[in-house]
Amino acid sequence: MTRSALEFDRVSKSFFGVAALSDVTLSIPEGCLLGLIGENGAGKSTLMNALAGVITPDQGTMRLFGVPFHPTCPADATRAGIAFIHQELNLFSNLSVVDNLYIDGFPRLCRLPIIDKRKAYRQAAELLTAVDLCLSPATPIELLTPGERQLVEIAKALGRNARIIIFDEPTTSLTAAERSKLFQVIDNLRREGRTIIYISHSLDDVLRLADTIAVLRDGKLVSTGPGDQYSANRMVADMVGREIAQMYPARASAPGPESVLDVKSLTQPGMIKDISFTLHEGEVLGVFGLMGSGRSELARIVYGLDPFKSGSIRVRGTDAGAPSPIRSIRNGVAFVTENRRQEGLLMEAPVSENIDLSSLRRYARYGSARIIDRRAALKAARQMAESLQIKSGSIDRHRAKHLSGGNQQKVVIAKWLLTDPGILILDEPTRGIDVGAKYELYSIINDLASRGTAILYISSELEELTGMCDRILVMSNGEIQAQFRHSEFDQESVLQAAFRGRTTANQTEANGEN
Amino acid sequence: MNERRNKLVSILLNNMPMLLFVLLLIAFGAIAPESLQYQNIENAFKQASYIGIVAIGMTFVLLTGGIDLSVGSNMYVSAVIAGLAMQRYSVGAGPALLLCLVVGAVFGTINAIAVTKLRILPFVATLAMMVSGRGVGLMFSKSRAVAFPDPVTGLGSAELFSLLPYPIVIFALVVGGAALLLHRTQLGRQIYALGYDKEVARKAGINADRVQAAAYILCGLFAALGGFVSVVQLGNVNAGFGKGDEFDAIAAAVLGGVSLFGGVGRVFPGVVLGAVFIQAISIGLVSAQVDLYLHPLITAAVIFSAVLADSLRNTYLKKLSRRNIRLEV
Repeated sequence: MTRSALEFDRVSKSFFGVAALSDVTLSIPEGCLLGLIGENGAGKSTLMNALAGVITPDQGTMRLFGVPFHPTCPADATRAGIAFIHQELNLFSNLSVVDNLYIDGFPRLCRLPIIDKRKAYRQAAELLTAVDLCLSPATPIELLTPGERQLVEIAKALGRNARIIIFDEPTTSLTAAERSKLFQVIDNLRREGRTIIYISHSLDDVLRLADTIAVLRDGKLVSTGPGDQYSANRMVADMVGREIAQMYPARASAPGPESVLDVKSLTQPGMIKDISFTLHEGEVLGVFGLMGSGRSELARIVYGLDPFKSGSIRVRGTDAGAPSPIRSIRNGVAFVTENRRQEGLLMEAPVSENIDLSSLRRYARYGSARIIDRRAALKAARQMAESLQIKSGSIDRHRAKHLSGGNQQKVVIAKWLLTDPGILILDEPTRGIDVGAKYELYSIINDLASRGTAILYISSELEELTGMCDRILVMSNGEIQAQFRHSEFDQESVLQAAFRGRTTANQTEANGEN
Repeated sequence: MNERRNKLVSILLNNMPMLLFVLLLIAFGAIAPESLQYQNIENAFKQASYIGIVAIGMTFVLLTGGIDLSVGSNMYVSAVIAGLAMQRYSVGAGPALLLCLVVGAVFGTINAIAVTKLRILPFVATLAMMVSGRGVGLMFSKSRAVAFPDPVTGLGSAELFSLLPYPIVIFALVVGGAALLLHRTQLGRQIYALGYDKEVARKAGINADRVQAAAYILCGLFAALGGFVSVVQLGNVNAGFGKGDEFDAIAAAVLGGVSLFGGVGRVFPGVVLGAVFIQAISIGLVSAQVDLYLHPLITAAVIFSAVLADSLRNTYLKKLSRRNIRLEV
């Protein structure tokens, strides 16, 4: 019997009277990979924060290799051999790989406060080889792809002799090739006897990797057991607390005849070429493409964030003119970006301010003084938050950064719904959010469509598009390769179209859209 | 073809300060050829040395993403105290310099405490120190000029091996020391890391407060040293000494490519060039006999172009690094 690397014993924590963790008891054997799953807000982050010393549990104890462990700051956890590989990577992109690896402890030149450059480079090169990354330690981080950065983070953990490594959603921004490389590295780490906690919403990945699976719901450990006793269905059922018979809610409405958005031969050299499509009232039009196919670029151009060289965009029959976000908002076009943390939300501002942000002019009073009627704005925000069931404390005080991913996405959508958009562009709206919240989002989208909103739905998840859309456009190499009606949806032919026109040049890790 | 052009544009934009410098030399050469004598060039370096030393101190703070508006007042207080010590207690030049540096470091420490412990924004904290620092200095000097004794001021015109003026030698030593500190010590690398993102730095196990404090203390130390080097050349400290130098120091650093957002910039050649540049403009304008009232406008125009080039460069690099999806033939 192998000994336990890590034990949680009746760990509880509550914030402002709300229990984030209650009575979690869990033991992880050494050299084991634990898949930790649960909806957003289920308590995964709280549990990991307790381990990292970011928060202190109200009750309960933790033991590390049998020894009681009470970290009070992140440095305690690092010293104890625990390393975190976060979803947002914590690297300094203005510095080189070697600087990042040793930023809190460079090798020194005979005890002088001078960095032993040669030794640092040699050690760094060894660590990079260990994670199968072929590049010079002098490379600046800003030149690396998301996958390479992840491997640098792992190399950093190895450099500190981490015995327990925690991965939090490591695959969200990786290409398929980078993902399989990461899994290989993770397998190697486990073979070396390191203990790994792997947190992800990608259930397939968890099934592929985990020796043991633990499911959290509402701060409680609802089930745990060997990985082979779990199926995707059981995982979902445990996470949500009920069986989700259908992943996608049924559509009750059909698109209307009137076209609201007409895009004709839209071209921007190097980005997109000759894109034409029509979006109808109440229609959900999907745009599918692999990474680097031009799908997000198309969305940015249509919304007016990026320029185009030729072609036209007509909204309700009139030319949209020189595109700019302000123009688009006036024309009733809304854009939910794929990157909600950086482009969609004011993380430090309260939820209500985020919701009101794009429709403030509506609450401007006193003529040209344009003073905001805060009470009316707050009231509107509150109504919207209720109708989308945003789970948050008092919305005028709770900051956006404290919400879970799914609720943050709802805030972004609430912001746009308040502007009464006729056209809603969604770019990867369900990225990084859990099963339950996804279902709620799908219902919101269907509801909007039934009320006549035209929706341009961009996604790299084919299943989601076939479940939600009336039509799907398939992009690759910046062009529309094919178009499918709902009755013609067929995963294989869509994928074939998506791979069409991809030259060898951009097939090599066509990543880095963000 | 296209690639070659892109490369050319980025080389041009990357070296904008250097390019402006050369253009300016050519302009002076055309208008007033005599302004390009060796003596003028040596003067540019000599006069640049004090502002350059202050600018290097400022660079530490700018790299962390902060700013120090109090360096001018710091120069004044530390020089006044050193001068009075020499006048009244006939302290020697060496101990006086040491005293000056200690006062500067204390000044920087107060800034560091205000910023890291009291969590006051650097702009506000150092603005308060700028005002109160000058007040303290005036209390000591009673608003009168403080003269440094002869042997000390003699150093201002003395030359090492009768070749290089001492101010330039000190400047060179400071440049070397600062470059070593920034690039070859852990503290230096952590200063860059802090400027990238304080929160990330903290998560990476860096003692962010300590690194930030070190930057302000070093800035105070270098401000005092720069002030001393300046007084040695001027001979005495009048009530307006150091006033406005904080902005010259910031301008020199920014001209040299240090980003006000933190994390980006180099002491050599960047900041050195920036400091020499500013002095060269004023020397050149004087010897080309340009209308005195036009001097500030021309200096401003040069700084503006350099900063504009920096911002153009950033947008341009962003555009370049944006990956093309289609290969256009």
